[in-house]
Amino acid sequence: MNWSSVSDFFAMGGYGLYVWGSYVVTLICIVAEIWLISNRRRTLEKQYSLIRNINIRRDKK
Amino acid sequence: MIIMWIIKRDLLLAIRRQSDVLTTLFFFVIVVSLFPLSVGPEMNMLRAMAPGVVWVAALLASMLSLNRMFSNDYMDGTLEQMLLSPQSLSLLVLGKAFAHWLVTGIPLVIMAPILGIQYDLPAEALVVLTLTLLLGTPVLSLIGAIGAALTLGLRGGSVLISLLVLPLYIPVLIFGAGAVEANMAGIGFDAHLSLLGAFLLASLALAPWATASSLRVSLE
Amino acid sequence: MTINWFKYSSPASFYSLAGKMIPIFAFAAVISLVAGLYVGFFVAPTDFQQGEAYRIIFIHVPAAWMSMFLYVVMAFWAGIGLAFNTRLSSMFATAIAPTGAMFTFIALWTGSLWGKPMWGTWWVWDARLTSELILLFLYIGFMSLQAAIDDPRRADKAGAIIALVGVVNIPIIYFSVQWWNTLHQGASVSINQAPSMASTMLLGMLIMVFASWMYSIAIILKRVRVIIIERESHTAWVAELQKKDSIR
Repeated sequence: MNWSSVSDFFAMGGYGLYVWGSYVVTLICIVAEIWLISNRRRTLEKQYSLIRNINIRRDKK
Repeated sequence: MIIMWIIKRDLLLAIRRQSDVLTTLFFFVIVVSLFPLSVGPEMNMLRAMAPGVVWVAALLASMLSLNRMFSNDYMDGTLEQMLLSPQSLSLLVLGKAFAHWLVTGIPLVIMAPILGIQYDLPAEALVVLTLTLLLGTPVLSLIGAIGAALTLGLRGGSVLISLLVLPLYIPVLIFGAGAVEANMAGIGFDAHLSLLGAFLLASLALAPWATASSLRVSLE
Repeated sequence: MTINWFKYSSPASFYSLAGKMIPIFAFAAVISLVAGLYVGFFVAPTDFQQGEAYRIIFIHVPAAWMSMFLYVVMAFWAGIGLAFNTRLSSMFATAIAPTGAMFTFIALWTGSLWGKPMWGTWWVWDARLTSELILLFLYIGFMSLQAAIDDPRRADKAGAIIALVGVVNIPIIYFSVQWWNTLHQGASVSINQAPSMASTMLLGMLIMVFASWMYSIAIILKRVRVIIIERESHTAWVAELQKKDSIR
């Protein structure tokens, strides 16, 4: 085990800013990428369900 | 011969609209003259910066007129006729790139030594600078032709060209400016010149072909 | 039994196949990410020269590798799309670019954060960092060219040409930057030849490389699926999906 305590772990031997700065930004990038794609997809799904509802209504008439 | 014909034609068009040539040239002169004003007139620093400044300005200046390489012919339908003609499109493109170089590259090459004097470059370095520009600017026109063909008829095409083409210009910039620096540092610059020559040969062989296929894609 | 691979080169059948594959790759990515981070932070020892700062390599090196691989893979699929006129491969190239650009950005960002404690400056014009920066420019060029073209078929082909031109140029650019860097000695201090890399450090890094691959495949498949629906909205099979309300 490298770390004696939690604060020790976050300090990273004095390099905490650099190490966590790297990891946090990477995490943000990945989360943003996943969110952007899911968003693009949701918009599509919404469009499709709208078209579908219109079609169903037309079919009923 | 198709190349001669297209070069003659493009030169004639350029002579009729001289403002294009002059714009490029004055842009080059102005950009180079801006640097001493922004960093101060200290001669030792200017001398060290000169090769890079002149080369970057040459890069930007030769890029300035790229979007006009095909766009006029595209607008009036000539380009479509050229694509349909039985002539080799690569040769045609080669002719157009050569004409572009004669119109924009050559004035830069002639102007560069005068600008170099402003930066107090020694005589030998001026010769090397002119030589590298002579070898390097055709490469810029050839690579630039690819960007011009790809962005043909697009909104904001001229800004887009710079994004596409500038990263590809980097090797020419490095060795062009590097040769002058090497000469001023008293190291041989033969290797730089032969590499620039190699870039020229490679782009002569590949760029017209890539440009021709880009034109086909853009006009499909 | 022989599988008819060509069946999957049509967007319609690939769409459902990709939908089944995404969870597998996403699962592998999460598992290997957890394993890699565990090895990286709790098993790998402190480096005797760089202290704890070296732990940035667990993302820096995988990101830098991915950024380069993905450009080549992107150019490969774009080239296939150009040569054989296969829609799906061009869509793949378009889907790879944003992820590649993201990894390039991460490699630059982490490289800079690593450089600060090691070199004393945030940015060094070192051959590797500079090439990575140029690679980011190439990705941006590819994406903005495709974004500027409205007709998707033209966007595919134009993107393919610029990607292929880029791939031919990358070795030349890298070589030029290397040459330029050795000429202007002084600034760069190479810290990449780690004198003795503990085997657990290497293990952690390799697991993270694997995790990046799995993540990239999953996210690219996800993006390809969105692109397929966007582009093929006029076709019968999308209309069929739509009727069943199952574009999921």
